[in-house]
Amino acid sequence: MARIVSLAEAIAATIHDGDSVAMEGFTHLIPFAAGHELIRQQRRDLTLIRMTPDVIYDQLIGAGCASRLIFSWGGNPGVGSLHRFRDAVENAWPGPLQLEEHSHAGMANRYVAGASGLPFAVLRGYGGTGLEGLPGLDGQPTVRAITCPFTGERLTAVAALTPDVAVIHAQQADRAGNVQLWGITGVQKEAVLGARRSVVTVEEIVDELAPRAQAIVLPSWTVDYVAHAPGGAHPSYALGYSQRDNDYYVAWDAISRDRERFLNWLKTDVFGAPDPAGLASAAAGEEG
Amino acid sequence: MSRAAAQAGEFTADEMMTACAARALRDGMTCFVGIGLPSAAANLARATHAPDLVLIYESGTIGAKPGWLPLSIGDGVLAETADAVVSVPEIFNYWLQPGRIDVGFLGAAQLDRFGNINTTVIGSTYANPKVRLPGAGGAPEIAAFCREVIIIVRQSRRSFVERVDFVTSVGYGTGRGDRERLGLTGAGPRKIITDLGVLEPDPATGELTLTGVYPGVTPEQARAGTGWDLAVSGSLEVLAPPSAAELSALRALQAMTPGSEGSR
Repeated sequence: MARIVSLAEAIAATIHDGDSVAMEGFTHLIPFAAGHELIRQQRRDLTLIRMTPDVIYDQLIGAGCASRLIFSWGGNPGVGSLHRFRDAVENAWPGPLQLEEHSHAGMANRYVAGASGLPFAVLRGYGGTGLEGLPGLDGQPTVRAITCPFTGERLTAVAALTPDVAVIHAQQADRAGNVQLWGITGVQKEAVLGARRSVVTVEEIVDELAPRAQAIVLPSWTVDYVAHAPGGAHPSYALGYSQRDNDYYVAWDAISRDRERFLNWLKTDVFGAPDPAGLASAAAGEEG
Repeated sequence: MSRAAAQAGEFTADEMMTACAARALRDGMTCFVGIGLPSAAANLARATHAPDLVLIYESGTIGAKPGWLPLSIGDGVLAETADAVVSVPEIFNYWLQPGRIDVGFLGAAQLDRFGNINTTVIGSTYANPKVRLPGAGGAPEIAAFCREVIIIVRQSRRSFVERVDFVTSVGYGTGRGDRERLGLTGAGPRKIITDLGVLEPDPATGELTLTGVYPGVTPEQARAGTGWDLAVSGSLEVLAPPSAAELSALRALQAMTPGSEGSR
């Protein structure tokens, strides 16, 4: 059964230095508040996993939380580069960042394999690309050509992803910790089911989850911790609650381009955030 | 940098490329759309000659009908207007991989003479790149499995290279026959739309050949903007500039976009 706790408690209880952490949400429902809490708790040496690192991992990488990244597209959508990610790869600042790189289809299938309890997933693809020959984080390949046992066709196997922790943001949970999310649902279900531990931040804790078309429900017993974090997806968004803050994504380009400006942003907007503990007391209020 | 009539200030190079790309789409087609110029072109086509064009974004939004140009592939307007919203594993496994989608639109940081695309790293080694680019995203499978591919890219000696530093997405590999050998079921790049004109693969060899230029652009300019010995078609077409209707439809889409100058 999921326990409803403060965001700070949920992160402290689940994520430790050196863990592999998948904070998912495909453009929509990105768990930014949880990312900022991870920065405040100063976790180090993490293996970050995400299809699109996006601004959330640019922030974590720049803050020095990550040593390794497993991903498939590391840009600022519609804007350009992720400058903290680039600075880490090109100049090892604030430290070196080791990469394990796939296509979106490969990453999505790796999560499916993890959720399915299989060691790998099968797809077509990768043939002729440079991605096929890249080593994984442990130096071993995570992509292999295989032969179909029925037709003899050449297919591609990609290794399962089983993160230590999955962190997602959803619209709602009920008081028993059942979670519901809708709109663009990405790979969140697969990430949670494939992970050893999980945290879900939510816009709202409700008495009863109303059934919704095309929604994903994660029953309470598939989730470890639920934390109330209204607005916790900003500058991404939560369909039905907020709009994507495209101006923020555009503004991030200049903030992240310069190390000093980024460090100042960390100081004012993450460590100096107006009462980050406010989230905790709000969630505690909900519980009581 | 501006070309032809663009020099007269009537429209920009981006508008010319976008209109040219939109014309390559036929009504009723299914189209896998990337963000930026591809999305602008697909939405322009839907607003003009192809109202029943089916727009599919990798966020899992199938049949999206945005009234403006989204900044990301996952803006709320795409989910709210879609015929169906599916998970990311499903969009790649059920919809793209089996070859259900007619045309895929891609960009490129580097492109070679056989239409292979690099969006991963610039520099001679992967481990120590000169420039770290975003990476693959959905492009390798779009390039592999859409029935055909259209690439939109600005043309220069930096981007049009003899050999890409990294093959992120396969065009024709090292020539005709490679796609079949590699199990890539789509036909590959049909058109490369640049700010100078259009390149198409040679039917026999797969090598990209200049087949069209915008008014006022010479084949010599296109060759000067290409890092390999660019072949020029014997029947070089002069492409029509964007029409008044195309320009007004495109500018209306841009003006509707929240945060754009026009919407303020």
